[in-house]
Amino acid sequence: MAVYQAILELADDHLVLGHRISEWCGHAPMLEEDLAMPNMALDLIGSARTLYDHAGKLEGKGQSEDDLAYLRGEREYRNCLLVERPNEDFAHTMLRSLYFAAFMRPFWLKTLEMGTDETVRGVAGKAEKEMAYHIRHAGEWVIRLGDGTEESAARMRDAVAALHIYTDELFESSPAAAEAEAGGVLPVRAEMRAAWDEVIGQVFAEALLEVPEVPYPQTGGRHGLHGEGLGHMLAEMQSVYRAHPGATW
Amino acid sequence: MVAEAQRAWDAAAAVPDPEVPCVNVAELGILRDVRLEDGVAVAKVSPTYSGCPAVLAIELAIEAALHDAGFDARIERVLTPPWTTDWITPEGREKLRAYGIAPPEDGGGKATLFGAPEVTCPRCGSRETERLSEFGSTACKAQYRCLSCLEPFDYFKCI
Repeated sequence: MAVYQAILELADDHLVLGHRISEWCGHAPMLEEDLAMPNMALDLIGSARTLYDHAGKLEGKGQSEDDLAYLRGEREYRNCLLVERPNEDFAHTMLRSLYFAAFMRPFWLKTLEMGTDETVRGVAGKAEKEMAYHIRHAGEWVIRLGDGTEESAARMRDAVAALHIYTDELFESSPAAAEAEAGGVLPVRAEMRAAWDEVIGQVFAEALLEVPEVPYPQTGGRHGLHGEGLGHMLAEMQSVYRAHPGATW
Repeated sequence: MVAEAQRAWDAAAAVPDPEVPCVNVAELGILRDVRLEDGVAVAKVSPTYSGCPAVLAIELAIEAALHDAGFDARIERVLTPPWTTDWITPEGREKLRAYGIAPPEDGGGKATLFGAPEVTCPRCGSRETERLSEFGSTACKAQYRCLSCLEPFDYFKCI
């Protein structure tokens, strides 16, 4: 049951961020980015699908990936707070992706090294390569905006001030995750710190940004305590499935 | 029996990729195996990218091709080991190039975090190319432009 919960947390992180990024589809400032956004969203949603399917089987109560994605309410979602933060502008969106991918890449690499669950390893094998693309793409934007015009640099600094407070939660393990870690299914989240610091430090140095001190990190997502935005996002994401339960096409 | 298994493989392998129709699923390396189990043709298929929307279409097409060849068919999705562009066959690479898509440079999985790979223009063979966008019309492609012949082209990304 703990492993089910831990994999659900991972799946929620990926679905929520994937959905957030997909909100840019049709709204991005240029064609290349309008293609890039759904591509990155698909990577994340693809990983989420396999993880939900696997979680449903581990739980053994017949819940499908769709049931888990579309029929749980906001308080039942266990994603970290960072991924649900609204898109705001490009500075926020790209920084959020950089923070997340810089955590997930070493996490998946470590999973491949030590993980005991074949399905999770399967997700890891694909996702670590995809996360390298996300780090590069988002990192290039953070550098371009941070070391850009007065306006873009100010927006980038605003994004750092708004989002950095959510990054500590990435390195925290819920009781369920700690059990999955002890069982060798997932790597210990806190151990990703050095790799994350290195990527963020490298990008920030080039982007002329400072890594801020965070006296009061924001957490709570793993306990179902979310910001106001997640409920609105889920309401929209789940409306069709809830209006037509069991519909197929 | 061996001949039947070969016939099942041939039927499944002939299915083209829906988004890159110049190569079939065997040349792309996503058709891993076809074997007969109690008269049922079981095809093992590996997705390219995690969220590739073509995965389901490819699986359905392989199932339909096996039905058309007279087999009861079942598809198994294989996640490990993960598909890599290294599995694209030499014929597949050549067909991609002829189609105007630069095939992946060797050594998938060795992508460095920053800096783009050197890509050869599929039209004129020049190494003088530049990346326009990391992401292209499908998950597996990036957009490049040749600085010699000025032709824009797709690059099949290395993973």
